[in-house]
Amino acid sequence: MNWYMFVLGSSVGKKMLMAVTGLCLVGFLAVHLLGNFMAFAGADAFNAYAAKLHSLQPYLTIFNIGLATLGLVHIVIGTILFFENLKARPTKYDVYKNPGGRTIGSNTMPYTAVLILAFIILHLLKFTFVDKSATPIFELMSTTFANPLWVLMYVVAMVIVAVHISHGFWSLFQTFGVNHPRYMPLIMNLGLIVTFAFGIGFASLPVYLYLIQ
Amino acid sequence: MSEHKTINITLKVWRQYGPEDRGRFETIAVEGVDTHSSFLEMLDFLNEKLILEDKEPIEFDNDCREGICGTCGAVVNGIPHGHGKAMTICQLHMREFNDGDTIVVEPFRARAFKVVKDLIVDRSSLEKIIQAGGYVSVDTGGAPDGNAIPIAQEKAEEAMDAAACIGCGACVATCPNASAMLFVSAKVSQLALLPQGRPEANQRVLAMLKEMDKCGFGNCTNHRMCENACPKEVSITHIARFNREFLKAALVGRFSP
Repeated sequence: MNWYMFVLGSSVGKKMLMAVTGLCLVGFLAVHLLGNFMAFAGADAFNAYAAKLHSLQPYLTIFNIGLATLGLVHIVIGTILFFENLKARPTKYDVYKNPGGRTIGSNTMPYTAVLILAFIILHLLKFTFVDKSATPIFELMSTTFANPLWVLMYVVAMVIVAVHISHGFWSLFQTFGVNHPRYMPLIMNLGLIVTFAFGIGFASLPVYLYLIQ
Repeated sequence: MSEHKTINITLKVWRQYGPEDRGRFETIAVEGVDTHSSFLEMLDFLNEKLILEDKEPIEFDNDCREGICGTCGAVVNGIPHGHGKAMTICQLHMREFNDGDTIVVEPFRARAFKVVKDLIVDRSSLEKIIQAGGYVSVDTGGAPDGNAIPIAQEKAEEAMDAAACIGCGACVATCPNASAMLFVSAKVSQLALLPQGRPEANQRVLAMLKEMDKCGFGNCTNHRMCENACPKEVSITHIARFNREFLKAALVGRFSP
């Protein structure tokens, strides 16, 4: 037990937990994005996809519990890190500048995190924990995104997610010790591709649903 | 040599009588600063004037004044050692500033670095981390043959890059989280790269990590500001090696810290 407490509770151990859960969540987002693209095939295709997904019991429940656990670990450890880091410098600088290295993504990690959490809660209330017996999911989406305010909110949320990932993606490789002059530029570029792919990919669906109405 | 020029500046400097004092900024006008003088020489010049006026001089740490000892250090206009690339504050020159500039000078700020007086901070926590494992044990006896252990050129070079760390604490000072990871990883990486450091590699990384956390430094979140503020340009690839050494020691090592 002592060993577990030390390894996972140390500053580097907590970083590793953030990286592992972060990588899994990026993986989930990739699958979610692929699922979203089914909506471009039309109402029937998307509703059939959703029905197929829900018929995969008990695997779906197990998957959901796993995903919620990963998310919870990411949130709890992230919160601990935030407050520990706040405590590490009790007296702030009067003037504080970036000598280089810091990005919008790295600078705003805890804040984008809070906004993403708020978005996820809203998103789940809107599309997951609702009675879908009367209106199928595609119709629920198209009525929601008929309102430009919802479209705007989702697009803004996706920009925030992209900003979070712009730091998180390469950062998790660095945490795993995967940093070498030979392939770090590749990871950085891959991070940029993932950032834009997720941002544009997820934002495209609400915009598309708004435009076809 | 360019012509001697003098400038007038306003110094907004942190003054604190001792560790228990709250401290405050003091604004001092410094006139006739020679642009050929270094930043520390400008402070010397000011201190001589303050002493003549029967005032307390500004205390600051310094020793070699040629950028190799790691004793000096203060935050100048928001950046440790000032805005120059790969230099310590003693290598910063007044020609970098313009007439009429206001320069803000603060001590390195971190919970693990207590202010002793004015710009002097107690960096003994870095020593404690080194004492926890930043060494190799050498048995007594006959001197070993210097060339008995072959070391690849690229490894020797990389180990030297890490060994270039002068322990000034600029990485901690610039880090938004006041993390000492660049400093600690430089020593872990240097010794992990060399065959002499391998026997104690597992216990070293865990013991130094434990001490670092105990000293009250923050957690590294990969902002990369440290490698940019470092006067010796120590790279964060050493932090990546630290993380690999940590994984190795935690997963397959037998050592418990």
